[in-house]
Parts: sequence; structure tokens; C-alpha cells
Amino acid sequence: MRLVSKTSQYVVMSLFAIVFLAPLVWMISASLRPEAKVLSVPPKFLPSDAQWDNYRQVFELIPVFLWNSVKLAGLNVIGILIVASMAGYAFARLKFAGRDAAFMVLLATSIIPGIAYLIPQYIVFRQIGWVDTQYPLWVPKVLTPVFATFLMRQSFLTVPQELEDAGKIDGASTFGIYWRIMLPQTKPALAAIGVFTFLESWNDLFGPLIYINSENLQTLPVALAQFQGEYFTQISLLMCGATVSVVPVIAVFLFAQRYFIQGITMTGMKG
Amino acid sequence: MSMATVTMARDRGTVQVADVRRARRRQNLTGWLFISPIVVGVVAFQFFPILVSIGASLTDWNGISAPKFVGLKNFVDLFGDDPLFLQTFKNTVYFTLASIPLTIGIGLVLALLCARPIRGVAFFRTAYFAPYVTNVVAIGFVWFWFFQPDNGVINGLLDQLGIPGPQWLSSSSWAMPAVIMVSVWQGIGYPMIILLAGLQGLPTEYFESAKLDGAGAWRQLRYITLPLLTPHFLFLLITQFITSFQVFGLIYVMTKGGPGHATSVYIFNIYQNAFSYGKVGYASAMAWILFAVIAAVTYLQWKLQKRWVFYT
Repeated sequence: MRLVSKTSQYVVMSLFAIVFLAPLVWMISASLRPEAKVLSVPPKFLPSDAQWDNYRQVFELIPVFLWNSVKLAGLNVIGILIVASMAGYAFARLKFAGRDAAFMVLLATSIIPGIAYLIPQYIVFRQIGWVDTQYPLWVPKVLTPVFATFLMRQSFLTVPQELEDAGKIDGASTFGIYWRIMLPQTKPALAAIGVFTFLESWNDLFGPLIYINSENLQTLPVALAQFQGEYFTQISLLMCGATVSVVPVIAVFLFAQRYFIQGITMTGMKG
Repeated sequence: MSMATVTMARDRGTVQVADVRRARRRQNLTGWLFISPIVVGVVAFQFFPILVSIGASLTDWNGISAPKFVGLKNFVDLFGDDPLFLQTFKNTVYFTLASIPLTIGIGLVLALLCARPIRGVAFFRTAYFAPYVTNVVAIGFVWFWFFQPDNGVINGLLDQLGIPGPQWLSSSSWAMPAVIMVSVWQGIGYPMIILLAGLQGLPTEYFESAKLDGAGAWRQLRYITLPLLTPHFLFLLITQFITSFQVFGLIYVMTKGGPGHATSVYIFNIYQNAFSYGKVGYASAMAWILFAVIAAVTYLQWKLQKRWVFYT
């Protein structure tokens, strides 16, 4: 389609790119400025004399938060991949009584807004002593990956039957067929779910906000919000923390962009 | 046939039936073992809490002492005697009605720009999508400083153009538009990707015959591209409504619902009632009203699609 010439298209696209990237560029440049020069009039987007010392100061505070974020993201990704791929495999390829009914019931739960069960969940977790631990931030998530199960089922449905039959003839157990033969065929779906789960866990605000009080258990993004007045009193240091909390995510996204976009479109229109 | 062979055949039959039965039982067991983690999880962490939540919505309960059954009083109070509930509801509708057309509209423009195979298109697509993957705390803070009235970036730029900027987050009429702007900026990547996938999947024959008929680019867009994308628009309307109506993070980081209650939205109100004031029963009632609203609007959109969604 040729609505506009190539040059004007580049101009328009570049203007949009500036709008979308400027706040992120400003964040990085503010993190490298002396505190007195963070908010300058007229505004500046590029740092003049980089204060790398800001990062040295911030890295005295944040390793524990960073580790918590990494650890929780890891637990969620591995757990959800295992639980969802097992369930997805069973729903797609095994025959058993009650299979389709169970699948429908699982899907039906996704129409209830999370807040409706988050409140009672909180009360139950408080009763069993899970408040101010990290269990509520991964155990319930790992055990309820309805959406990921749906995606894995779709993916397992497309694997050719001959592969499964060959495994059966070789005498492989059901688990062996799932683990060694079928699972490697679903790598794109696994990658998409892995990226989604990583982002969701890393960027989660609500969970850490309501469950974590001890600072040594807090995740990086939420620590920035909670301990803002305590540790990150200077804007430049806050922006260092913000930058560190955004960079791993952008890196994962750049690295796995293809799977991420595939995942979005897969869930979007073919569901 | 002798007596002996008949008995043997019958025995073999029984053995086979028993075998089949045993095999089927094994199959059932294997299947349920594979799905047991998610079944246990959904029962324990969703079904059970949902039942508790339905019950709680009919009680006066602080989550600690014994709940007191009050029937529909929470619902009656919410609609009849809680101005904050009605205001947060209106704020949420405002937020939703403004952000949905903006995200889908600008998302469409970006998708159309990115659909043309030109050099460097991957860079632009990534740039537009980048805010979508960043966490709301980091970008909420960045924009918080951008919107500072005296020395923030936005008013600084407006000042260069000779326009006096408003008080943004500390103004009760400008705080909501400011939050909406940030939300649109962050959320646009999603509709863009969905529509881009839609554009790339359009059959080329239509465009070729339209070109032969002498239809220009605008007419092709208006009469071919947009009608063919209507299923994608329906999908986006449904999903964007569900997410916008439950906005929380940006509000929490940027305004905490203020100034006054100017940006207090539905989920923020539930959050405060449940986790700050300990009004668990009341907050649960609000959660179920939210469910009813989302279910009703989704159902309505699904029913109305006949009027405007075009399926090939």
C-alpha cells in the first residue's frame, strides 16, 4: 500500500520512535547525571559528564532485590513450563475419562477477574504463615498456568502422530514419549511461554506489594516503589535503579522477540 | 467344536475384557496424573478462593475475626451510600473510554507504517513495542518527573514553544489525562502487533483486483483493509476493555489515586478497602460487581459483532 512516499514514511516513523524511546533515554541519562542537574530547564536528554559513581552507590543497595527478581522469575518460568507442558500434552494427546470436561472447566476459570480470588488467597496465606515469604509469588502461579496450558495443548496438537507411534513401537513409556519425543517438538511454544512468564514475574507489582514486608525479600521494581523515600531519595539514584530493573527485560525481549511476537499473535487470533 | 475349546475361548474373552478394562483404567490414571498439578492448583488457588469470595461478599468481615452475615447489604451500600465507589467507577469508565480508542487507533497507524517492507522496519517496530515490556514502577517514576509542573520535561518542552503547561499530576482535571497518556504510550505495542499480524495475513488478491479497478491507496484502506481487519478490532476491543478496566499499577506509582480521588480507579479502590482498611467483605462485593460488568460488556460486544464484524 502506498499512502505516502518513502521519505515521509521515514520521517513519521522516526517521530514516533522519538516519542516512544525518549522517556527510556531520559531515564538512562538521568541515572548518569549529578543530582543537581537531573531536572534541567530546558530539558536535556543526553548526559554531559557521566557520573558512573551513581551506579556504584546503587549497587551497594540493590543486589539482594535483583537476586529476588531473578530467582522468582526462574522459579516461575521453570515451574510453569513443566506444569503447563504436562497438562497440555495430556489434553492434546492422551485419552482419559473426563478430559474434555476438565479442560473446559480450566478455561472457564480464566473469565473470573484475578482480584476476586486474590483477596481470599491473601487471607488463607496469612493463616498458613505465608505472608512475608516468597511462596505466594510463585507457588500459586506455577500451579495455575491455565493460559500456558491452552497454548501448549495447541502446540502438541500439531505434532505428527507418526512420531508418537514410533515412540510406542520402541516401547517408550507415556512419560518418555512426552519428555523425549513430543516436548522437543514444541520449542517455539515453550519459548513464547518462557518469555511471557519471565516478563510477568519480573514486572509483577501487585503480588510483591501485598505479600512482602521484609526488604531482603523484595523484588527490584517493587523495592524501588516501596523504599523510594528510604534508600532512593535522589532522583538520579532512583533512575539508576529503574534502569537496572528495565535493562534485563529489554535484553530478554530483544533476544527472544520472534517468539514473543509469535506468542502474542498465536494467543490473539487463533485461540 | 468340543466342550474344551468353547470354555477356552470364553476364558480368553473374559481375560481380554479384563485386559481392556485394566488398560483403560491405566490410561485414565496416567492422564489425570499428567494434569494433576494444574488441577490441584486451580482447585486450591482459584475454586476454593472463589467460593470464599462469593461468601465473603455477603458478610461484614475484616479477614481476621469471624465473618458476620449481612445478606446483600454490601451491594446496597455500594450503590446507595458510597460516593467514592461511584466516583472510582466513573473514573475507570473515563480511563477506559479514552485509552481504548487511542491505543487501537494509534496502534493501527503504527501497524500500517510497519507493514511496509522498508529498510530498518525491525528497529522501528522494536522501538514502538519497547515500553510494553518495561515495568510500571520504572516508567511510572520517569513520567512522574516528566510531569513535574515547574522543572519537568513536558512543561519544559511546552515552555520552549511558548505554551504555559498545566499542573498535570497535581491538578484534578489534568491528572487523569496525564495517566491516560502514559498508559497509551506503554500499551500501544500490543494492538500494534495484533494488527500487524492481521495486515500481514490479508489475501493479496483483493488488492490486486482493486488496483485493476483503479482504486487508490485510501480507498483500498477504507474498503478492503479495514473491513478485513474487523475481527482483529473485535478481539482488541474485548481484551483492551478487560485490561483497561482493571488498571492499577500506573495509578499506584504515579498518583496513588490523587489529587483527592481524581485518579482513583476501581481496582485501586478494591485494593485500599481489602488491604489498607481490612474491609474484606466489602471489597469482595466490589470484585463481583467488577466481574458482572466485565462479563456483561464482553457478552454485549460478542453479540453486537454481527452488526459490524466482517468475516470472509
